Amino acid sequence: MKYVALVYYQESIINAMTEQEWHDLNQECVAGVERLTSQGNYVTGQPLQPVDTATTVRVRNGELLVTDGPFAETKEQLAGFYLLEARDLNEALQLAGRIPPARFGSIEVRPVRELPPKD
Amino acid sequence: MTSHQYDLGQLYQQQSRRVLATLIRLLGDFALAEEAMQEAFAAAVRQWPGEGVPDNPVAWLIRAGHRKGIDQIRRKQTAQHYSYLVATPDDPVVDTDDPSIEDDQLRLLFTCCHPGLSMDARVAMTLREMCGLTTEQVASALLQKPATLAQRIVRAKKKIRDAGIPYEVPDAKQLPERLPGVLQVIYLVFNEGYSRSEGESVVDVSLSAEAIRLAGALTQLLPQGEVFGLLALMLLHDSRRPARQDASGELITLEDQDRTLWNEASIRQGLQSLEHALASTPMGIYTLQASIAAVHARAARAEDTDWARIVRLYDALYRRQPSPVIALNRAAAVAMRDTPADGLALLEQLTSHKEILGYHLFHAARADLHRRAGNRASAISAYQRALALATQGPERRFLERRLKELDSAS
Repeated sequence: MKYVALVYYQESIINAMTEQEWHDLNQECVAGVERLTSQGNYVTGQPLQPVDTATTVRVRNGELLVTDGPFAETKEQLAGFYLLEARDLNEALQLAGRIPPARFGSIEVRPVRELPPKD
Repeated sequence: MTSHQYDLGQLYQQQSRRVLATLIRLLGDFALAEEAMQEAFAAAVRQWPGEGVPDNPVAWLIRAGHRKGIDQIRRKQTAQHYSYLVATPDDPVVDTDDPSIEDDQLRLLFTCCHPGLSMDARVAMTLREMCGLTTEQVASALLQKPATLAQRIVRAKKKIRDAGIPYEVPDAKQLPERLPGVLQVIYLVFNEGYSRSEGESVVDVSLSAEAIRLAGALTQLLPQGEVFGLLALMLLHDSRRPARQDASGELITLEDQDRTLWNEASIRQGLQSLEHALASTPMGIYTLQASIAAVHARAARAEDTDWARIVRLYDALYRRQPSPVIALNRAAAVAMRDTPADGLALLEQLTSHKEILGYHLFHAARADLHRRAGNRASAISAYQRALALATQGPERRFLERRLKELDSAS
């Protein structure tokens, strides 16, 4: 099964990090992706720029509405995602638990839904 | 014919969960397995009186249920999520000595208690699927509306299927992480029955009995220290049931209980289970709590209680689980070992925990120690605070009684 692991943390924690801590965290993530890839669990993934770069789009009555910022203000912000291939939820949870920001943020694990075939 | 029907009723009681647990594995779907299990028993009612009871009734029922489930899948073959199952062989040889059949009940329990489900859903699923209670029974036992409960169970099954919660016993590496969650559900079921969070009657026999039965079965399937510890704890607490309330339903404290009313068989079984638990180290939280209950069980009179030992056990428990509630119980034990003033000094230290100030038993403990120390005014005000926070009828009446005694003592 495929699962998405959504990585959330308080950006303030990251902002308070020293250069060295931030560098080490990134290297740890690089090593994590390498391990997931070698195990065949990694499909894709991407860290994201901070939430102050977010722009939200909605279409209402056929009109495109653009607003600055994320769709909702939350205590923890979306910081990236992984698309994982796992046997079942238990394996997905084990893999998510090893994503470095799990130690100070939260990882939401969701199974993917496949779109139905084209009519 | 009558005898066959009688046998089947009993067989259903004793074995329907085993049959269900295996069918869930074979068919990969809770609802489908439940339906197939019912159909298999219905087929037995029709066929066994004429054809005779098969040598291995459980294997027969599993085979019949599996066949009916596969037929059902074939009929629904368009349904995407069953398609991978149809590769299963037509008529599998079911070997009831196969260890995987014993494991099926564990698979069922670990799935019902999966941490990906809410605690409410885990309790409901365990009572419904593992204990085999009907939705109506579970709802009434948990004081909830049947419709609410039915919806909770449907949601839990949907999450199990859609999120890919596996039907498996965690491997040796994950078991230590997962077992406490299962034991927690069983203990919650026990406590839900033993002491209601609301309402009049303190004791509901059936939920406590279900929890004890479940833990007993688990000691067979997974003979680990803490499983025995939990069983011992529940049996020892349950042994006091006949002495816990008087004829009019009023609560009687441990100190004032007529110990000759304690259920000797439960104590014996509890102590036996505790011995198994103590064979494995280090002692877990249930084994430690059972050891405390055992000290009480072994004291013929309240004044014979070995409070020094109880304090030592609470020390060990607090090291494993440093919670203010355990510190509260420890303080009460210190008061009994030494003096009420020593206990009160420890309770004062706890007031830094905000949550404990909203806990009625904290104020009840303070009130009790002030009462023992002869501080009448402090005792009265603490009883009043406890009363303002207590919700349960019998507990409230107990506190009111104490207040009245103090009033008349003036």
